[in-house]
Amino acid sequence: MFADFDFDVIIRSLPYLFYDGMTFTIMLTALATTGGIIFGTALALMRLSSFGPLSLPAAGYVNLMRSVPLVLMIFWFYFLVPYIGQWVTGASRPIQVGAFTSSLVTFTLFEAAYFCEIMRAGIQSISRGQVAAAQALGMTYAQTMGYIVLPQAFRNMTPVLLTQTIILFQDTSLVYVLSITDFLGAASKIAQRDGRLVEMYLFAALVYFVISFVASLLVRRLQSRIAIIR
Amino acid sequence: MNYHWNWGIFFETSPDGVHTYLETLLMGTGWTLLTALAAWAIALVLGSLVGVARTTPFFWLARLGEAYVELFRNIPLLVQMFLWYFVLPEVLPTEIGDWLKQLPDASFYTAVVSLGFYTSARVSEQVRAGILSLARGQRFAGLALGLTLPQTYLYVLLPMAYRIILPPLTSEFLNVIKNSAVALTIGLLELTARARAMQEMSFQVFEAFTAATVIYIIINIAVTFGMRWVERRSAVPGLIGAAPALATH
Repeated sequence: MFADFDFDVIIRSLPYLFYDGMTFTIMLTALATTGGIIFGTALALMRLSSFGPLSLPAAGYVNLMRSVPLVLMIFWFYFLVPYIGQWVTGASRPIQVGAFTSSLVTFTLFEAAYFCEIMRAGIQSISRGQVAAAQALGMTYAQTMGYIVLPQAFRNMTPVLLTQTIILFQDTSLVYVLSITDFLGAASKIAQRDGRLVEMYLFAALVYFVISFVASLLVRRLQSRIAIIR
Repeated sequence: MNYHWNWGIFFETSPDGVHTYLETLLMGTGWTLLTALAAWAIALVLGSLVGVARTTPFFWLARLGEAYVELFRNIPLLVQMFLWYFVLPEVLPTEIGDWLKQLPDASFYTAVVSLGFYTSARVSEQVRAGILSLARGQRFAGLALGLTLPQTYLYVLLPMAYRIILPPLTSEFLNVIKNSAVALTIGLLELTARARAMQEMSFQVFEAFTAATVIYIIINIAVTFGMRWVERRSAVPGLIGAAPALATH
């Protein structure tokens, strides 16, 4: 089975795979997670608002993003972002956007919907008495959220947020549909060029597996360490 | 915006010369649903087996189940599809590999199998959670009545577990429908692929993607409402999730 397995093609392409490919994947994961958590938390606060004009659009946005495949959203934003750029900058024609910017916008906006649901659960898990106590102390809404509710919600939800980040890391492989050189894209290009599909795809699977598996073990350890004894 | 909207495009004939663009999208919807349903059948059977294995008192069987879940959960679905589609026929004996490659609708079968295995790992997590949520006494009672362990699972534990995990199973089913779009990378002409093809042929980007988005939302709403009805009918009386006996809808 492994008689003509060419390990050398993997060794030869390591610099390309990791320097070009994995850098893109990791950068995209890190920036989209950061952006997604910030935007997602804002969405969660909107959704929990009792003011309809705030909560309804947020709920609609989250439900829309959650009912559509990520692949379709990647296509959507790939064509939509130039027009959004034109609208924002006031340019006369759709602006050219690089592959990285386009996928960063896609993943930030798409994953924000999922981060929103996590943060919403986190905020709702805080007891009502804490909010009442903060208000009794004369804190404004912003202070209550910023100093009392959100820090605890983040702490409670850290393992879930990190697990979602691992999912995001795996999801970034879907930028393949735009022929972008992320880790899988790099592996795929070598595979096509050298006719070494078996070696390259098995190696890509192994790398994704090791990274995701180790990360999920670390999350599990973290979970048991930061768990609050109630 | 200098984008030329043309909503009439759906009723124009697509390059295949027979169907309108709308019909190609609907055919894609058919493939999406067929793929999702077939994969879901595999996922339910395998996921239940693995989920049960993880709750049995046999140490190594439980470890094996855990390894299965970790394997299918930590590799991106797209990579798994490539493994099934490009790698599997190469590492199998030549005759079987060639047979696989020449199979008509190979991308459909590959999509079903890879999506089924991928989803089975997630289903097994739910099944396991459902079984573990039952009181220990249920298992003991089953065994004390003289049922064998398989009978205890079949007649006592699983029927309860399924009723409890119906809501998370619904969202997993919705995930299967959405994840089937990944199969466009191996050439399955499902809904997203059809929308993409329509965009490439007609240059009406936003009309094509809007139509696909609307169809996905309709499917989503239909499944959600259908399952909500099933959930109401199958709710376990006495649990918080169940409606009070006298409440009328």
